[in-house]
Amino acid sequence: MRPRPGARWLGPGAATVLALAALAVPLVADTSTVNVGVFTLMYVGLATAWNVMGGYTGYISLGHAGFFGIGAYTLGLFVNHLGVPGGYGPFLAVPIAGLVTAALAVPVGWIALRTRAATFVIVTIAFMFMLQILATNLRGLTGGSQGLGFPTPQDWSPDFVDVPFYYAMLALAAVGIAASWWIRHSKLGLGLLAIRDDEDRALSLGVPTWAFKMTAFVVSAALVGMIGGVYGYYVTYVYPQFVVDPLVGLSMVLMAFLGGTGTIAGPVLGALLLEPTQLELAYFAGSARLYLVLYAAVFLAVILFLPRGVIPSIAERLEARRSAA
Amino acid sequence: MDLVLEAAVLGVLTGGVYALMASGLTLIFGVMRIINVGQGALVVLGAYLSFALFRTWHIDPFLGLVVTMPVMFLLGVALEAVFIRPLRTDREALSVLVTYALALGIEGLLGLVFTTNFQQLSVWYRTASFPVGGLRIADVYVYGFLLCVAILGALALLLYRTTFGAAIRATMLNRTAAQLIGIDVERVSALAFGIGMATAAAGGVVFGITTAFNPGSHYDLISRLLTIIVLGGLGSLRGAIVAGLLMLVVEDVTSVLVTPTWATFTFFVVLVLVLLTRPQGLYGLRARAGT
Repeated sequence: MRPRPGARWLGPGAATVLALAALAVPLVADTSTVNVGVFTLMYVGLATAWNVMGGYTGYISLGHAGFFGIGAYTLGLFVNHLGVPGGYGPFLAVPIAGLVTAALAVPVGWIALRTRAATFVIVTIAFMFMLQILATNLRGLTGGSQGLGFPTPQDWSPDFVDVPFYYAMLALAAVGIAASWWIRHSKLGLGLLAIRDDEDRALSLGVPTWAFKMTAFVVSAALVGMIGGVYGYYVTYVYPQFVVDPLVGLSMVLMAFLGGTGTIAGPVLGALLLEPTQLELAYFAGSARLYLVLYAAVFLAVILFLPRGVIPSIAERLEARRSAA
Repeated sequence: MDLVLEAAVLGVLTGGVYALMASGLTLIFGVMRIINVGQGALVVLGAYLSFALFRTWHIDPFLGLVVTMPVMFLLGVALEAVFIRPLRTDREALSVLVTYALALGIEGLLGLVFTTNFQQLSVWYRTASFPVGGLRIADVYVYGFLLCVAILGALALLLYRTTFGAAIRATMLNRTAAQLIGIDVERVSALAFGIGMATAAAGGVVFGITTAFNPGSHYDLISRLLTIIVLGGLGSLRGAIVAGLLMLVVEDVTSVLVTPTWATFTFFVVLVLVLLTRPQGLYGLRARAGT
């Protein structure tokens, strides 16, 4: 299909408006809104990163919370060992969290990508629980269930403290979206989509499937790891069961599905819609148990009524209207 | 040495329960090609159902299975019809998410009804034990093991001695071909899901007597069960049984020889080794589904 001349500018235009709005939020909004913003942008980044692997190749990972945890622990251990004081310093270690996560994602991917489809899903779940056990048991390194503390920024006022984290999450989300855009428009992205459609066929047509899948997996993991690092610094204390949280791993998947997997804007839209809703639900529910029930209900509704996601559904409708005209 | 032997015996006895729970999971996969991530939560639900019967009416948990197994079976049939069958596109991926969401919903509901405090089915014979050649074996483990053997036996009879069992096996081998020869695969799927739930109910009783549980226990359970069915080979009943026994023996022996904190970790070590050497598991993939 060939978009109309006006439609060509729709995507970039919307993206520019969104980006400007996102940049302006901390200037005009109060602290609690910025706080919601931090988590929303975090999930924009996470869902986008997940989509690079799960959306483009169709390999559903439910264990990305593991990489989130690796990033958080890496950043925490790094700044603690170097004695980096709270402030802007720890943000400089975020790329290191990304590199370490990427390095660890290689052996994980090596093993997990020996399998496909259902078994791959199982392996990623198992990987996440394995990391949870490691984080709990390697007490000397991670502090075990006592948790790992981060330096706290001393000279940031309570009104200001969320702002640097907001921009850090925004920057990482932008990096994620840029990476996702670049991959989608490169030969790599084409290969990944071919793998999703028919892996054996892609292989026989000369797509280096293994290398492509590995690349997507590692890029995806590294992005998640960096976001995990910023998250750990933001919450100042990480515990094995809260930083390697199955719900985090699941939420990014759900957001990608809500917006539309395999698209660039889908995960962004999904996170923008769902994360504020989740925070609102948590606030409304009060108890964690009621929250779980409501969360599950939202989840089931999304999967059952919008299995293909918002963006593909809208795109389909637009296309139908165009061809009818 | 005695401790190791005792751990091995205990491993076999508890392994029976895991074999039963995993057989439901692998059966559902075999018939429907979906991974029921909610199986752990359903086992916990089964344990809580027995707990409620036991606490309210003092019904013995084993006896209560007469009620809970049919209830869970019907629940399974209903869940399949409402949540799994509507999935048309991308079924394998979406079903994982749906069953995961079901697990979370069940966890939340159980938390609302029973709180998140740990519970255990404290039947009077829970602490009884008898000596066997220098070892002491707890009665409940034996009862639990016998129950599992009986149910697995019944399941085997159903699969290999009845027409319905033949329909299940045909669906496992080739869904489309089964449909072509007139098997109502949707009905088979619903019933298989129900049977999987019924095994979860039975597993839940034994689990609830031998282990303290709370609504969040399903995470630990499902990661074990998933490892077991991958080790056994997805869709293979025999694989699930062998792998269930094997894994629990390995875990219990590790916990004696090394330390209990690392015992659960053995599951993942074994999983990695299996994937590196034999990604299809002990008994291959669907071609040899339960022989």
